[in-house]
Amino acid sequence: MDSLNPRAGPAIAAILVALPMVAILAAVVHGATGADPALWAHLSEHVLARVTVNTAILVVGVVAIAVALGTSLAWLTAACEFPGRGFFSWALLLPMAMPAYVLAFVAVATLDYAGAVPVALRTLLGEGFAMPPIRSTGGVIAVLGLASYPYVYLMARGAFLTHGARVLEAAQSLGFGPWSGLFRVAVPLARPWLAGGAALVAMETLADFGAVSVFNYDTFTTAIYKAWYGLFSIETALGLALLLLVLVALALAAERLARGRARYTAADAGLRAPARLALPGARGWAAFVYATVVFALGFVLPAVVLARWALGVAPLDLDVRYIDYTLRTLLLAAMAAVACLALAVVLGYATRFEAGPLPRAAARVAGLGYAIPGTVLAVGVVTVLGGIDAAWRSVAGGEGLWLQGTVVALLFGYVARFLAVANVPVQGGFARIRPSLEEAARSLGLGTRGLVTRLHLPLLGAGLGTALLLVFVDVMKEMPITLMTRPFGWDTLAVRVFEMTAEGEWQRAALPALVVVAAGLLPVALLTWRMERAARAA
Amino acid sequence: MRLELREVSRAFPGVAAVDRLSLVVQAGRIGCLLGPSGSGKTTVLRLIAGFERPDAGEILAGGEVLSGPGRWVPPERRRIGMVFQDFALFPHLDAISNVAFGLRDSDSGARRRRAEELLELVGLSAEARRLPHELSGGQQQRVALARALAPRPRLVLLDEPFSNLDADVRMELAQQLRAALVAEGATALLVTHDQREAFAIADEIGVMRAGRLEQWDAPWELYHSPVTRFVADFVGEGSFIEGTVLGPGRVSTELGVIEGQLTSEQPVGTHVDLLLRPDDVIHDDDSKLRAEVVERAFRGAEFRYKLRLPSGMLVLCFVPSHHDHAIGERIGIRLDAQHLVGFPRG
Repeated sequence: MDSLNPRAGPAIAAILVALPMVAILAAVVHGATGADPALWAHLSEHVLARVTVNTAILVVGVVAIAVALGTSLAWLTAACEFPGRGFFSWALLLPMAMPAYVLAFVAVATLDYAGAVPVALRTLLGEGFAMPPIRSTGGVIAVLGLASYPYVYLMARGAFLTHGARVLEAAQSLGFGPWSGLFRVAVPLARPWLAGGAALVAMETLADFGAVSVFNYDTFTTAIYKAWYGLFSIETALGLALLLLVLVALALAAERLARGRARYTAADAGLRAPARLALPGARGWAAFVYATVVFALGFVLPAVVLARWALGVAPLDLDVRYIDYTLRTLLLAAMAAVACLALAVVLGYATRFEAGPLPRAAARVAGLGYAIPGTVLAVGVVTVLGGIDAAWRSVAGGEGLWLQGTVVALLFGYVARFLAVANVPVQGGFARIRPSLEEAARSLGLGTRGLVTRLHLPLLGAGLGTALLLVFVDVMKEMPITLMTRPFGWDTLAVRVFEMTAEGEWQRAALPALVVVAAGLLPVALLTWRMERAARAA
Repeated sequence: MRLELREVSRAFPGVAAVDRLSLVVQAGRIGCLLGPSGSGKTTVLRLIAGFERPDAGEILAGGEVLSGPGRWVPPERRRIGMVFQDFALFPHLDAISNVAFGLRDSDSGARRRRAEELLELVGLSAEARRLPHELSGGQQQRVALARALAPRPRLVLLDEPFSNLDADVRMELAQQLRAALVAEGATALLVTHDQREAFAIADEIGVMRAGRLEQWDAPWELYHSPVTRFVADFVGEGSFIEGTVLGPGRVSTELGVIEGQLTSEQPVGTHVDLLLRPDDVIHDDDSKLRAEVVERAFRGAEFRYKLRLPSGMLVLCFVPSHHDHAIGERIGIRLDAQHLVGFPRG
């Protein structure tokens, strides 16, 4: 396989992911003395404490809501029977298609004092009626919780389907009713999965930039962005990025710890259809109402509002610029998807055919990128490329930026963050090709090239397609890296959403947001289709 | 085509998987390596196929050196077909495409005809369009065999081809497999730990132990003239009784003087362990020799009794099943051994 995996391949993949983080660390250590002391003093006095407290409250609140919603809904759809259960079991995943920043601006626009809902309520109930304000800590927590519960739902459902009902039967035979069985047996058993889902939500919350921007709720990510653009202080941004990295590392460690025992993911689950606990009469309908409310708030209502706004502004707003936004978004997404796929395939071949711990270590490093917030990666990427540019200038002379502010910077950031996304299906595809298949093909006269074209490609096909789709859609939704490293004038759909929401032009933000949501539906559809197929096969 | 291994060795960290092994399978013959798990027999197969490189020695097919000092033919150019333990059918291809996978004929009609011919040979013409997961285990195995035979390989290797199949279909499939190999005139080497499979298929069998070949012989010879105690123990059932050589073909034992042809002559007076197969011990109510039943296993047409001789030594005996004796009963036996196998007692 020598022609296919130059030894450098896995190393390149690992370096691309690790370099931005290493650069941040190096820059902070190196610049600790050089940074403007007054700036740091201002920062630690006014910003750091507030941002830290804000971020902590946000993470705790969002995780709590996501775990409560995700676990309860997973239990209802996996182990109980109530009206509409079959529909809800996949429909409750649809909010995954809705980026948190979209849900956030729809919520703010409709629930703010002048929004449609409070206005309608005041007309109905009199001027004295006051809703709790949406632009509040509670508001941002509720929105992010609603946007991220599907992660917990997916993990918990997998756990409950694998051993929910059987364990409950065992508990019943020992004298526990179905509900005491739930809390005494099923939930403790599912704890690794629940903790894994919670850690995932914590990481997503730490990384969120778009939603907290809409709420003007200052966290590490917005502080990094403001230090970048508001104070024009790279040192501050670097320092904040390093602190955020530490928090992410903690969440990551918690996730690893939680996953220690749980080797199954949702995709493997649903292998047997367990006997479900029927919820009779009013209790069944209560479950129905609960699931309906979550589904409506998390997906249906925002989608309807977006569609109406988009239709409303389309005649005025939809002009030639949108062709630009869309083409640029698609182009970036396609380039990033192909780059990630290529590196994932190189890693896949390396881990399969090369002995030694190096390829496996490289694959693990490459897997880390997804946990790093986009704002941090953007800072890291610019630091790395700025360093290269400076070195280039000192050698070749001249002015200007060679790499910084080019598409290279954008793609660097995308690859560092989304290589992990491509890696999972590609590695899974390789794992399904047993070594004996390769030996059989070779004994039938296939050389290296034949092995690739006649065995690997046909068998990996689905995995490669999944990898492309997942990266493509993730890049379409991506906001902070694009915002902070894009070449001048390179506005994408997500950037357009950010700019319109920053100006409070909610209805005009709906048009690009709708395209992003539509693209986001593709991987969710793929996921639900696989779940259904697994359920049917059982 | 003739297969020859000359002093082939292969070591893995800490173990010599194959230790200076030599053997020859003549063209058109079916050979078999028989041995317990871990004896190195699968490694021999993988060395011949080219999935492993020998540390020393030469492997030749039809006179061409495949592996040897300074010579290495990669597996895809060896033209050696292989049937894998897990069959390794390509899951994305139907049965006929699996069979046609290794065919290089530029004429697609010729490829199809050859693949159809092979499917017919293994009796699966009706299943040509089925995907591997739609076939039973036995059908998958036959597709794997057809696939290996299709490119007319110099040699076919079969790695435990029946271990993934139900016990009740193994013997029938073994006969079909032999018939297909013979019909194609193929030279083959099979690996198994099950002597019944080996006996059903092979012309010649080699018994392996710890990386070495203990004996390479026809099945009948292996059973009746084992050259080592290990072969005697591993192939067939049997037991040893003590005896003393009185002269050529005469051994005195507590069952009396046994006369027959000793496979390896020992000097007069040598104390030997004499191998008794269950079919050497005949139940005879009139016999004066008596032995106590200590264990009995009903096997349908016959009982397999384990009998204790007065000295305490144990022998096995097959008895037609209408001779139903209880444990503890003493029954008459006599010996009818033509082939005496004795190993000097150490």
